[in-house]
Amino acid sequence: MARVDFTPNLARQTAISSREVPAETVREALEALFREFPAARGYVLDDQGTTRQHVAIFVDGEVVKDRIGLSDPVDDKSVVFVMQALSGG
Amino acid sequence: MEKTLWLGTRKGLIAVHRKASGWEIGGISFRGISVPMLLPDQRDGRVHAAVEHGHFGSKLHVSGDGGATWEEEACPAYPPKPEGVPDTICPMSQQVIPWSLKKIWALESGGPDEPGVLWCGTIPGGLFHSWDGGASWTLVEGLWNRPERAGWFGGGADWPGLHSILVDPRNSRRILVAISCGGVWETIDGGENWELLGEGLIADFMPPESVGDPNIQDVHRLDWCRDDPDQVWAQHHCGIFRSRDGARTFERIERADPSDFGFAVVVHPTLPGTAWFVPAEIDDLRVPVGDAFCAMRTTDDGASFDALRNGLPQEHAYHLVYRHALAVSDDGSTLAFGSTTGSVWISEDAGESWTRLSAELPPVYCVRFS
Repeated sequence: MARVDFTPNLARQTAISSREVPAETVREALEALFREFPAARGYVLDDQGTTRQHVAIFVDGEVVKDRIGLSDPVDDKSVVFVMQALSGG
Repeated sequence: MEKTLWLGTRKGLIAVHRKASGWEIGGISFRGISVPMLLPDQRDGRVHAAVEHGHFGSKLHVSGDGGATWEEEACPAYPPKPEGVPDTICPMSQQVIPWSLKKIWALESGGPDEPGVLWCGTIPGGLFHSWDGGASWTLVEGLWNRPERAGWFGGGADWPGLHSILVDPRNSRRILVAISCGGVWETIDGGENWELLGEGLIADFMPPESVGDPNIQDVHRLDWCRDDPDQVWAQHHCGIFRSRDGARTFERIERADPSDFGFAVVVHPTLPGTAWFVPAEIDDLRVPVGDAFCAMRTTDDGASFDALRNGLPQEHAYHLVYRHALAVSDDGSTLAFGSTTGSVWISEDAGESWTRLSAELPPVYCVRFS
């Protein structure tokens, strides 16, 4: 199962914990997590279901290419990491 | 008399309380996070706060205990863009206007006869309606789907923003909204149908053919006299305007001194000829005229204006007050404003004199009494 981790700042704002989830894409991994933590969805994705502008998602250290569909593949050894992109002041 | 002043700032929501000895800063909620808008709902005593995370987007929180504790509530969310609906292209920037919440820029309660009703204005220009006290929100499609929206553009932000919502105290189904830059709109059926008002508003930054087009007017802030809501004042990008017919038509007020440029306006709740502003030097400078900070008041319907300087800095002062950062109490006696420079001033004599509460605050976006 893929694992989903995230910046500690996210857990300070909304209920969320690391999870091992069955998934073949980043989208499936995040949706599995959001089924358990529904309020967290709006912190990572906007109201159109795409990655928020200042959120970055990595798979095994590589930045996700498809920020809209989140179709980047994951496998049983993948670690998906959600973090805030550095920006602003 | 109001007991609490709420400050929505760049770094949190600050409560200020009127004690026997004066106004004192109480606690801070959402410390470190931007609070661009808030609503103390007089009907049930709850306070709603828009909390705008830089990375994680806008959220709404509500407190039923005066800000001691908060609970996250539903946030307006644009529904998925339907298939086949073309993108709306901003006429100024030629970029696609987002079909997604960018900022919560107005929050108002419905009438006393509709206890759960709330209204929310947003960037990129949509209006949202709640019937259940914020537990859920619905996009007001009657306004969002107006074809005129294709002519709106950003003013003060990259995208159009709905910043003023006025619910008629005589009839809760009649509402005025103002959009920068998208004019002034009226509904008389609770949001199903809308009419563009604002004849007489002038956008002299536009090419000559468009100067009088009501659909692209940049009213910065709209307010009316609570006890006589046909009397409407607008602080517009191009000056101060006055309506006597519920925003259907406006006349320009020419005599403002020291300046007719600014962002905020509040109208006395019972005296329609009395209104307060916080002026700045013309639109490209936006600093106090002569670097001497003042508020401004008319008590004779704009025939004359007083520059209110008592207690405000008169040298090397560069404070600016945004459109939501000026408030007047329910009896018209107490005012407060907060600046982008992190100061808040309060007057308890209708603006004759001001006391600075603090100069140590984050930039102030919104102030409201409860």
